[in-house]
Amino acid sequence: MPEKKLDLLQGTLDLMVLQTLAAMGSLHGYGIARRIEQSSGDAVLLNQGTIYASLVRLQQRGWISAEWGTSDNNRKAKFYSITKRGRKQLAEDAAYWQRLSGVMGRVLAMQGEGGDR
Amino acid sequence: MIETRAALRQALERLRSFFRKTPMDRDLDAEMAAHLAFAIEENLRRGLSPEEASRQALVRFGGVAQSREQHREARGLPALDLLLQDLRYTFRTLRRDRGFASVAVLILALGIGANIAVFSVVNTILLRPLPFRDPQQLVWMASDRGVGGLSAVTYTVAAYEEFQRHNRSFQNVTSYDPYFGDTDYKLTGRGEPQQVAGVAVAGDFFPTLGVKPDLGRLFTPEECRKGGRAAVLLSHFFWRRQFAADPAIVGQAIMLSDNPVTVVGVLPASFDFGSVFAPGLKMDIYVPAIMDLYRNTGNTLALLGRLRPGVAVAQAQAEVDVLMPQIRAAHKDWYGDYATKMTELKDYVSGKLRRSLVVLWCAVGLILLIVCVNLSNLLLARTAARGKEFALRSALGAGRARIVRQLLTESLVLAGAGAMLGLGIAFAITWYLARQGSIALPLLSTVQIDDAALAWTLLIALAAAALFGLAPSLRGSGANLQDALKDAGHGMSSGRRHDRLRAALVVSEVGLACVLLVGAGLLLRSFLRVLDVDLGFLPSKAAAIKIDYNDGGKRERRGAILQEILRRASAIPGIQGAGIVDMLPLDRNRSGGLQAKGRIYGKGEDPGAAFEYVVTPGYLRAMGMQIREGRDFSWQDTPTSQPVVIVNQVAARRHWPGQDPLGRIALVDGQDFRVVGVISDVRESSVEERPGLEMYLPATQADPEGAELVVRSQVPPEALASSLLRTLRAYNPEQPAAEFRPIQSIVDHAVSPRRFFVLLVAIFAGLGLLLASLGIYGVISYSVTRQTQEIGIRMALGATTQRVQLGVIGRTMRLVLAGIALGTITSLIAARWIAALLFKTEPTDPAAFAGTVLLLSAVALIAGYIPARRASRIDPMIALRGN
Repeated sequence: MPEKKLDLLQGTLDLMVLQTLAAMGSLHGYGIARRIEQSSGDAVLLNQGTIYASLVRLQQRGWISAEWGTSDNNRKAKFYSITKRGRKQLAEDAAYWQRLSGVMGRVLAMQGEGGDR
Repeated sequence: MIETRAALRQALERLRSFFRKTPMDRDLDAEMAAHLAFAIEENLRRGLSPEEASRQALVRFGGVAQSREQHREARGLPALDLLLQDLRYTFRTLRRDRGFASVAVLILALGIGANIAVFSVVNTILLRPLPFRDPQQLVWMASDRGVGGLSAVTYTVAAYEEFQRHNRSFQNVTSYDPYFGDTDYKLTGRGEPQQVAGVAVAGDFFPTLGVKPDLGRLFTPEECRKGGRAAVLLSHFFWRRQFAADPAIVGQAIMLSDNPVTVVGVLPASFDFGSVFAPGLKMDIYVPAIMDLYRNTGNTLALLGRLRPGVAVAQAQAEVDVLMPQIRAAHKDWYGDYATKMTELKDYVSGKLRRSLVVLWCAVGLILLIVCVNLSNLLLARTAARGKEFALRSALGAGRARIVRQLLTESLVLAGAGAMLGLGIAFAITWYLARQGSIALPLLSTVQIDDAALAWTLLIALAAAALFGLAPSLRGSGANLQDALKDAGHGMSSGRRHDRLRAALVVSEVGLACVLLVGAGLLLRSFLRVLDVDLGFLPSKAAAIKIDYNDGGKRERRGAILQEILRRASAIPGIQGAGIVDMLPLDRNRSGGLQAKGRIYGKGEDPGAAFEYVVTPGYLRAMGMQIREGRDFSWQDTPTSQPVVIVNQVAARRHWPGQDPLGRIALVDGQDFRVVGVISDVRESSVEERPGLEMYLPATQADPEGAELVVRSQVPPEALASSLLRTLRAYNPEQPAAEFRPIQSIVDHAVSPRRFFVLLVAIFAGLGLLLASLGIYGVISYSVTRQTQEIGIRMALGATTQRVQLGVIGRTMRLVLAGIALGTITSLIAARWIAALLFKTEPTDPAAFAGTVLLLSAVALIAGYIPARRASRIDPMIALRGN
């Protein structure tokens, strides 16, 4: 049995979407979902449909913009791209996550010192 | 910073999305379709079969419907969506059940409307500050500790000025002349002569209250001095009525009592002297009280003052307690010691009404409770009938909270509609009340639905919704799902718990109604006792009109004039008797000194003052007053003959105890008068209080303060008004078109506050009774419906119609008697609390209690009989087949 997939923490999907758009430029929903799956090494449990709630949320906050366009294979799709404000927010959130994961790493790496004496 | 901006932006976008549901959904659908197409394409490229490609794409996507739901929640206002959904559903169900909805809304509207109206009255009279600047600083001063007639509680100019000069508690003390009748003016030169009601106020009266004129200015000091230019201020409504709101009137002279007087200003509409200082009267004009003219008139000023900031009423009281005896000691010639009672003006105006109003408020609160219990009952019945609907909804995934919420939404919608209609009712009631000038309640003319009343409406609507909605919704949502779905609703045992709750509600409803009825009964008995009081005069078929004459202040001339007026008035067909008095009982009064000549009054045996009336021969008979001993005055009692006086029984007993007062000499204001008659006591200042000492002096031997012509007739006196006025005009063309007042209306005015309260409480009690009977009917009728089968079986087994009916009525009466028992006990406690409002009626008055029990039982019997009749007509065959 493969390793159990990771449940996404609330709010982390928004950050992943922002990062993906920042890295890849303009993408449609399916593209973003696939990119997240690929870059996480398929370790994330993602119902692709949930991405749309995240997208509309980010859009309402003004961090990404959307536009209908045509894909490479000539299909009509909505393309999202990150805005200037979105980049600022991404920088802030990414720094926060890095600090948090650093702290979490250190705390979890703590060794028992007095317990087994 | 970024965060808040983003949050704000998001909130706006959410609101926008709320109104753009369809286009956004269409957009999302297209997007999701594209998403799946991309996924399928990719899967096909990976070499999957078309079916597998599309299956996997859907699996990875994870539910189109859920995604759409998530999207909607993320972008819009889910709470509002839910509310709208609940509302739509509510309106749909209520539309389906129009009968229930309209009954519920109507009941609520009555309950809430009555509450808003009473709140408006309570708020206006009791809660709201007086309509003056910093009203908490205003203090009413009453001499003689506020006990006695007008002459007792008022001050002389000297006392006023001395107190004004020496006190340290007040910024200012002002005064007015409370003998309004003396200052009635005649307006001439503008149509036919007219009587206008006026009051003389000190020059600083308006500034002290903080009243500013709408137009023009207030009085100048010069206008308040003797010999100064005559000035008058108009009340707003008189200005509108008489001068068509013409601003140009300011600065012009009008003819008042034959003198040109300059209109210096118009007071604001918000200032109504009568509503504060003389409930039930309306003042047209205000003139300056010229102190020098009042110097020799005795106690003629009513005092009120504005405290310095930070000074409490108690401090002012403490000061006056010390100051007045000092002032008195310096003025040996004063005849009063002016022991003053200080009251906050607001307390003086409405303090006496506090208990009545609180009782009224409680009564109307009880009505709302009954309304809530009633609705609770109605809703419970509905909930029971809708058991299946709720079970189905919860089987489909609706949580308990969701169903409670739905039911509470229904309650709120009902309460909201009820409140709306109730506001309409309350608006009509307050509009009506504000125009009832004849009810002697202070500030009543300013009653209206204001912001506070609207807030109160909201509060009671919400409280009512919670009260009547909570029990049924908890009950409704808590039903066992399987039982409810299985059961067709005619179950026997499942309804027991339900029935008990409903029965308990009916019992409490009957109990509440019982309390209301007992209260109303007690107040009604009191009112009847008040109407039954022997007034000492006969108000029916007698009427009074103010007359005008000019005697030049000479008693000889006055006698001739009055005799001529009476001769002409008596000649009018239909008039049986006529007489003239200066002040009518229950209307105005003044007092003078009265004692027995030669008698030494012991310590603590204060000879005191007596109410003084200056009358013509025939007045006592015209009023229907009874001469117990001696004689009436006659025209032979002239200015030069022996001065004579008639006293009432109280005065006779006080000054000549155990003796025959006839023929004895009384000292009236220091002069010798021979007692020639004793009359029955007259309720001179209040219908409900015992009469005081009274004396009557002939108009030829004493000076009257005004003149009222009283006529007694065989026909209703109103019919004589025009011929009487014609006769008076023929004699004196200057006679103003004064109001022709039936004496009964003066009595009515005096008892109007009690009538007002009794009427309202009685209406509430009637409403309570109606609601309680509806409640009884509802519960019994419902239980009959539920037991159709059972009754059918019993009838099939041989139970007679009568037996079935008796069974149903018996159940009804058990409920009602339990309610009556509960209500009677509560009433016994509540009645003691209103004892102070009762008049010659014990709080345990058996008639009120017995009447309540009988009335409630009778109404309950009817309410139970209708369903009982229906039960007995059940056709066993149909009932048994029914399921």
